Amino acid sequence: MTVNRRKMLRLLAAPLAAPLAAPFLASPLRAQGFAGLGTDAAGFDIPQPGYRFDFPTDHAAHPTFRIEWWYLTANLRDAQGQDYGIQWTLFRSALAPQDPEGWQNPQIWMAHAALTTQTQHHVAEKLARGGIGQAGVTASPFRAWIDDWHMSGPDLDRLHLSTQAENFAYSLTLQADGPLVFHGTNGLSTKSASGQTSYYYSQPHYQITGTLTLPPEPGAEPALPIPVTGQGWFDREWSSQPLASDQSGWDWFSLSFASGDRLMAFRLRGDTGDFTSGTWITPQGHTLALPNGQLQLDPQDTHTVAGRRLPTRWRLRLPAQQIEGLSTPATDVTIQAINPNSWMEVSFPYWEGPVTVTGSHQGRGYLEMTGY
Amino acid sequence: MRRTALIALLSHWRHRPGQLVTLVLGLALATALWSAVQAINAEARNSYASAAATLQSAAQPVITRPSGPILLEEYAALRRAGYPVTPRLQGRIQTPDGPLPLLGIDLLSWPGLAAPANDDTDAGSAASQPLTPADLLTAPGRLLAQPDIARQLANRSDLPPVITHQAVPPGRILTDIATAERLLNRQGEIDQLLRTGPVPANAPPLTSLLPGATETQPDSPDTSRLTDSFHLNLTAFGMLAFAVGLFVIHGVSGLAFEERRATFRTLRALGLPLPVLTRLVLAELVALALLSGLLGLALGYGLAAALLPDVSASLRGLYGAQVDTTLQLRGSWVFGGMAMALIGALTAGAQGLIRLRSLPLLAATGPDRWASAAARQIRLMSVLGIALAAAGLTALSFGGLLAGLAAIAGLLLGAALTLPALLRLILTRIAQRARSPLSQWVWSDMSAQLPGLSLALMALLLALATNIGVTTMVSSFRLTFTGWLDQRLAAELYLTARSDRQAQEITAWLSPRVDAILPRRSVDIQLANQPGRIYGITDHATYRDNWPLLAATASPWDQLQTGAVLINEQLARSANLWIGDTLPLPNSQSAPIVGVYSDYGNPRAQAITGLSHLTRQFPNLPGQQMGIRIDRSQIPQLTRQLRQTFDLPADAIIDQRRLKALSLEIFERTFLVTGALNVLTLGVAGFAILTSLLTLWSARLPQLAPVWALGISRRQLAWLELLRSCGLAALTALAALPLGLALAWLLLAVVNVEAFGWRLPMHLFPLDWLGLMGLAILAGALAAILPARKLLRMSPAALLQVFSHDR
Repeated sequence: MTVNRRKMLRLLAAPLAAPLAAPFLASPLRAQGFAGLGTDAAGFDIPQPGYRFDFPTDHAAHPTFRIEWWYLTANLRDAQGQDYGIQWTLFRSALAPQDPEGWQNPQIWMAHAALTTQTQHHVAEKLARGGIGQAGVTASPFRAWIDDWHMSGPDLDRLHLSTQAENFAYSLTLQADGPLVFHGTNGLSTKSASGQTSYYYSQPHYQITGTLTLPPEPGAEPALPIPVTGQGWFDREWSSQPLASDQSGWDWFSLSFASGDRLMAFRLRGDTGDFTSGTWITPQGHTLALPNGQLQLDPQDTHTVAGRRLPTRWRLRLPAQQIEGLSTPATDVTIQAINPNSWMEVSFPYWEGPVTVTGSHQGRGYLEMTGY
Repeated sequence: MRRTALIALLSHWRHRPGQLVTLVLGLALATALWSAVQAINAEARNSYASAAATLQSAAQPVITRPSGPILLEEYAALRRAGYPVTPRLQGRIQTPDGPLPLLGIDLLSWPGLAAPANDDTDAGSAASQPLTPADLLTAPGRLLAQPDIARQLANRSDLPPVITHQAVPPGRILTDIATAERLLNRQGEIDQLLRTGPVPANAPPLTSLLPGATETQPDSPDTSRLTDSFHLNLTAFGMLAFAVGLFVIHGVSGLAFEERRATFRTLRALGLPLPVLTRLVLAELVALALLSGLLGLALGYGLAAALLPDVSASLRGLYGAQVDTTLQLRGSWVFGGMAMALIGALTAGAQGLIRLRSLPLLAATGPDRWASAAARQIRLMSVLGIALAAAGLTALSFGGLLAGLAAIAGLLLGAALTLPALLRLILTRIAQRARSPLSQWVWSDMSAQLPGLSLALMALLLALATNIGVTTMVSSFRLTFTGWLDQRLAAELYLTARSDRQAQEITAWLSPRVDAILPRRSVDIQLANQPGRIYGITDHATYRDNWPLLAATASPWDQLQTGAVLINEQLARSANLWIGDTLPLPNSQSAPIVGVYSDYGNPRAQAITGLSHLTRQFPNLPGQQMGIRIDRSQIPQLTRQLRQTFDLPADAIIDQRRLKALSLEIFERTFLVTGALNVLTLGVAGFAILTSLLTLWSARLPQLAPVWALGISRRQLAWLELLRSCGLAALTALAALPLGLALAWLLLAVVNVEAFGWRLPMHLFPLDWLGLMGLAILAGALAAILPARKLLRMSPAALLQVFSHDR
C-alpha cells in the first residue's frame, strides 16, 4: 500500500483553486472530473445577461453560485521610496448550493495573504468551513473575514484590512475615491469564446495608508511596523462555470497609470488559441470593454521560480480605441515584475506580485499568472 | 609481488576456514545485535513522529471544559480572536467485536494530514473513483482507518464508506467532524480543542471567550520521555552486545595474526616493504569487515523484524505509544551498522597492525617479552576501572535517569577493567598456598595466561552481570506486579454502561442481586501541574481491605469523602509529594494527601477522592463505570442476565480474571525483548572465550612442552587445560554475582523510578544464580574442549619440536 504524502490541505483546497479565476490551477481538477468545473453547473445558478446588481447585498456571498472571491491587491511605498505589494484574497467554493448553519455546511472558504518587497515574498493561507462563523462575508456593514484576518468597514468605500500571519502582518485603511467599475457587459464578463461568463466588478480607486510588518532578520530585534501609502484594487467575481474545458492557464493584469487611467487585462490560454479581454477605465471611472483580440500580450522574458518558467516581463499593446463616445490612446507598455520570485506557495500554487509599467504609459499594478 | 603477497596472506583462511567463519560470524553477530536495536529504535521514533505529524496531539495543549462540551459558537469566537485551535469530537462506534473509538476532526483546520486516496482502499465499491472534497466533507462522508478496521467496517450499510489511511492510529477511526456529529448524534458539540500554535499577544484571555475552560499540556511530553528511556535501555543493550562482539573479533584477529607471524616474517624477508604489507593487512581487514557487516545487517534485520511486534506491544501497553509493526530499511541504522562493523574491525585489529610494525625481521619474539608489559597494563586497567566505578557512583548523587544509566555504565566498565587484577590477586594467593609443584604451576600458569584471556573474561563478566541484574529486576517486578494485580483488581466484574441513564437502570437492577456495586467517575485535570486523572469512588470495604497503599495516614479511607486524596506513586515521586503534603489542583485549589498507592503500568499522574466530593466539584461527570462484587460462581449467570436485560456492547462487562491475564501478557511481552537480547549477549560472550582460548593455544605450546617433558602426560595436561578454563569462568561468575546484584539494585531503585515512576522491592533468586554459574562453567568447558582435544592428539614429535622450532 502506498502512503500518500500529498497533504490533505491540497485535496481539500482543490475546489478553491477554481475560484482563482481560472483553470489556472484547475486543470488537474478537470482531469479528475472534479465537480465538472466549466462543463456543467448542476444545481448551481449561472450568471445571466441583464442581471441588475443590488448593493450592498451583492458585496456579500452568493452561496448558490459555485465559486466567488473578494480580491484585494495594492501597490504601496514607504517614506524611503521602497516599493511593496500586498495581496489579500478570500475565496468561497461551494460543494453544494446550500448554506445551512453548522458543520454540515458545504461552503468552503480559503484566504491567501501575501506581502512582497523587491527581495522578499511572504505567503500565508487559511481554510475554513462556512456555516459555523469562522469565515464569511456580510454586506452591511461590510465584513469579510476568516479567523482573525478581516477586511471590514461601514461600507465598501471605507475599509480596514487587518491580517496577522505567522511571520508578517499588515494593518491598512482603505478609502475609495471613485465609483465601482463593471467589466464586460454591465458586469457580465465573458471568459471564453464558447461563452463561459462570470459576474465581475471592481473598486480600483482605493487610497491606502497603514503599516506593514516584515519578519525580523535572523537574530535581530522584532521588526517595527513600516508606515506605507499607496493605491489598492479590489475585485469581486462570482460564477459557477468560469472556464472552458480546454483552457489551461491565465495571465491577469491590473494596472494604474500616472495619467489616472487604469487597465484590467487578462489572457486565458487555451488549446485552440488564447482568449483576451480587458477594461479601460478613465480617471473619472468610465469604462471601455476590450473584447477578445483587441489586446496583444507578449511574454518578453522568463524567470524560473519553484522549478517553473514564468514570463515576468511582458509587452502589452492596445491600439487607439474609439467606442461608444470614449477614446483611448494607443498603448505600448512594458510590464516588469518588481520581484520575479513572487511565487504563491499555497495548496495550489501560482504567481502573483506587484509590477512596474514603462513605455507609452508609466505606472504600477499587479500581475497574476496561473497554470504554468 | 603485491599480488603474490596477497595470495600468501589470504591462503591462511583457506587452511583455517574455521577461523574465517569465527571472525565473520563474530563481527556479524555484533553488528546484528547493534543494528537490530537501532532498527527497532528507528522504527519506533518514526512511528512517534508520524503519529505526531498526523494527529498533532503529541505536544499540543488541549483545551477542555470539564463542565460540558464546547459549543460551536464558542469555537468560532476563539478562531475569530486569533486562537489557533482545532476541534475534536470523540465517541464510539458499535461493532460486533466491541466498540471502536471514533475521532472527529475539522479536516479544514487540522494541520498537516496526509491526503487519503481511494486507491488505497480495500473496502467498499467506490475504489476506482478519485476522492473529492465533497466525499470527505459532505454526507455521507468517509471514515479513515487502518486496513484491519477498514475490513471490519466494510459492508456496513449504516456507516459511511471506509478509506484505508496509514496515518490513523491503529484501532481508531478518524473522520471529519461533520460526519462524526451525524454518527454520534451530537450536533454542534466539541469535546476538546487542540491549540496548534501560540495565541496572539493581543487576544482576549481564554476564559473570557470560553468560560470554565482549562488548558492542559498533554501527557505526550511525558510519554516521549518515558519512551526515550525505554529506547535508551535498548541502546545500552545494543552497545553492550557490540562491546562483547568486539572481544570476539579481537580474539580472532589476534589469533590470525599469531598464526601468520611466520608468513609475515617470510614476506618481509623476501623484500615486501612494511607499508605495503600493512596496507594489505588493512585491506583484508576492511574487506572482512564489509562482508561481516553486510551479513550482520541481514541478521539484524531478521532479529529486529522478529522482536518488533513485542517491542510495539510493550510500548503500547506501557506508554500508549503506537509503533508500526512492519520494519523498514532505513539509512540511519543501515549505514550506522556498517560503520560500527568497520570501526569495530579496525579497533579490534589495531593491536595486530601495531605489532606488525614492530615485528622483528629475523629474531623470534617469545610471549615472555611482553609479559611484563601485560602486567603493567593490568595494573593500569584496574586503576582506571576503580576510577570509572567511583565516577559512576558519584554520578548517582546528581539524580535523574541519565545519572542512573551513567552509574550503571561506570560500574559495569569499571568492574570489567578491574577483573584481571582481581583474578590475578586471587590466583597468586592460591598459588602461594599450593603444596605440590604441579598445582603451583597450574595456578601460576593461569595467572600468566590472564593478559591474553582478560578480554574474553571481561566479556563474560559483563554478560553474566547483565544477566543477573536484568533477571533479578524482571523477576522482582513480576512478583510485585502479580501480587499488586490481585489486590488492585478486587471487584469480580467491571461494567461500562452506554450512558448515565443506563448506568442508573443497571444499578437499580443489580442492587438486589450482587454483594456490592462500586460506581466510579473520573475527570482529566492538572494534578500538581501535570496532566492527570482524578477518580471518585464510594467508601467500601473492598478498597479498605485490598487497595495496595505504599504509605497512608491513620484512616485514609474515612478522609476521602471529605475531600482528601490518595495519589499514585508516579505522581508522588515526580512532584515530590508524600502523605501530609497537599496536592495542588487547578484554580489554586488543593487537597490533603492521605495515602500513596502503587500503580504499575500507568505513565500518568493519578489521584483518588470520594465520589460525592468529586461530583460536587464537577457536577456533569459521566458516570458509566462500576465495579461489581459478587460470588465468583454466579458470574456466568449474572453476565448472561445483564446482557439479556440491557443492550450492552460486547466489551461492556469485563471479568477481573481477563483483565489480569491481559495485564500479565503485556508485562511478559515487555520483557521478552530484554530476555532475548540477554541470551544473545551471553552467547556472544561464550564465543569470545572460545576464540581467546584458540588464540592463546599456539602461544602456549612453548610453555606446555617443558611441563610435558617433565613427565606430565598429554591427557593430564588436557584435563588441566579444561579445568583451567572452567576455573577462570567460575571465578568470573563469582565476581559477576555482586556486580549483577548491584546492577539490579540500580535498575530497580534508580532507573525504574526515573523511567517509569515506580520503585520496586528487590527479590533474590539464588537458584537462578546457580544455574547461571553452571552455564558460565559450561561455556568455559566448551571453549576449552577444542584446545584440549588438540593437545591430546598432538604427536610427541610436535611437542618436541617446540624446543627446536624457531618461533
